[in-house]
Amino acid sequence: MAIAHQFEYVKPPTLREAVRILARYGTRARVLAGGTDLVSLISDGVAAPEAVVDIKGIPGLDRIEFKNGVLSIGALVTFNELRESPIIAWKFPVIREMTGWVASVGIRNRATMVGNLCSAVPCCDSGAVLLVYDAAVQVAGPAGKRKVPLREWFLGPRKTVLKRGEIATGVTVSLPKQKHEACFIKLRRYEGEDLAQASVTVLALAGNHYRISFGAVAPRPIAAERIEVLLEGQALSDDLIQQAVRLVPEEIAPITDIRASKEYRLHMVGVMLERGLRAAVARLAGTGPDYGTSLI
Amino acid sequence: MNKRITFKLNQETRSVEVEPSDILLDVLRDKLGVKSPKIGCERGDCGACTVLLDGKSVRTCLILAIEVDGCEITTVEGLSRAGLTPLQESFLKHDSFQCGFCAPGIVLSATELLGKNPHPSEAEVKEAIAGNLCRCTGYKPIIEAVLAVSGKWGGRV
Repeated sequence: MAIAHQFEYVKPPTLREAVRILARYGTRARVLAGGTDLVSLISDGVAAPEAVVDIKGIPGLDRIEFKNGVLSIGALVTFNELRESPIIAWKFPVIREMTGWVASVGIRNRATMVGNLCSAVPCCDSGAVLLVYDAAVQVAGPAGKRKVPLREWFLGPRKTVLKRGEIATGVTVSLPKQKHEACFIKLRRYEGEDLAQASVTVLALAGNHYRISFGAVAPRPIAAERIEVLLEGQALSDDLIQQAVRLVPEEIAPITDIRASKEYRLHMVGVMLERGLRAAVARLAGTGPDYGTSLI
Repeated sequence: MNKRITFKLNQETRSVEVEPSDILLDVLRDKLGVKSPKIGCERGDCGACTVLLDGKSVRTCLILAIEVDGCEITTVEGLSRAGLTPLQESFLKHDSFQCGFCAPGIVLSATELLGKNPHPSEAEVKEAIAGNLCRCTGYKPIIEAVLAVSGKWGGRV
């Protein structure tokens, strides 16, 4: 099915030029990286930009770097590049765990993590998994560069804090200083590719600190701050887990849609939270399931 | 505004005029006559339109043709220029396809896998073809065909 809508295609060779074009077109331009989301939106007639700005010609955006405890993922880094990266497997195995459940290999060869953050759909797996870390989106715009903490990045379905002329150039993730392990659980209708019905990410840090996030159960991926406060400083016990699970309805606001009902999501987030907490803490103790093991 | 793009298609340099809105799948099929990538879901879910772009399996329904200027594309037509590959022979031997609509995509996805990982586990084969839907076979003979060439793969793509 050919796209009926016509647009201008530009492939700027520099970031500065890309920002200049985006500032000129404003909301009438869309940034193209992997295109797995944008091209389908244009095909469906949901997006009708006047200009498509392909950033694949901008040098330096395709890097994965780890320096001084901070991981930098450029805007052109695909899910499969993350999946195959030794530094991700070594330092951020939960990111690798997540990439295995994003769509399919053919999509992951093209789709980028930063593009996933920019699409900002509530079921965005990257947002959910990165929310347990100190992560920030790197933004370049007409007024220069800025960093947006990920917990402030998402405004709602398909809405981020990006302003006119701005472009997300990458995301940075700080490696926690203490010993830590994590766990990402994604509920789907079937094996193979599917969007999340719900997802839970747990980061367990030495000293009984916890960071928790949920995907696909609110207008945006969310950090479970009340549950984090409840768990803070406490060793995991059956009773504590039950208290945490009881807080789930206060943290999330799931809807009923084609993938799951509100009630099912509410119930399953509790189940996944329990399994995620147990798995992350067990991994911290060296006894947990291997990363990539499906826990649901 | 039309633009002329040039890229390698099955080892031949091809040049074609495209609109920015032209989808790669349509250009391959309608303008360049390469019919093995199939029109299925047109939203990246079914894998029937898979080709190898610079060696990686991608969904051509989600790529603008204008994006592949200067790139290299391989379809099954290119894969079997010098005869069927060991993997394709294995698919024949295992009766891995019935209607064949998914076959080009699955052959390419499995080719990519074996190029990177000549000894995949069953789980790795399943992961590699998870985005390629087959409505005939139940996948079992497909997985068997890929596993059967594990270890015999000479890196030939």
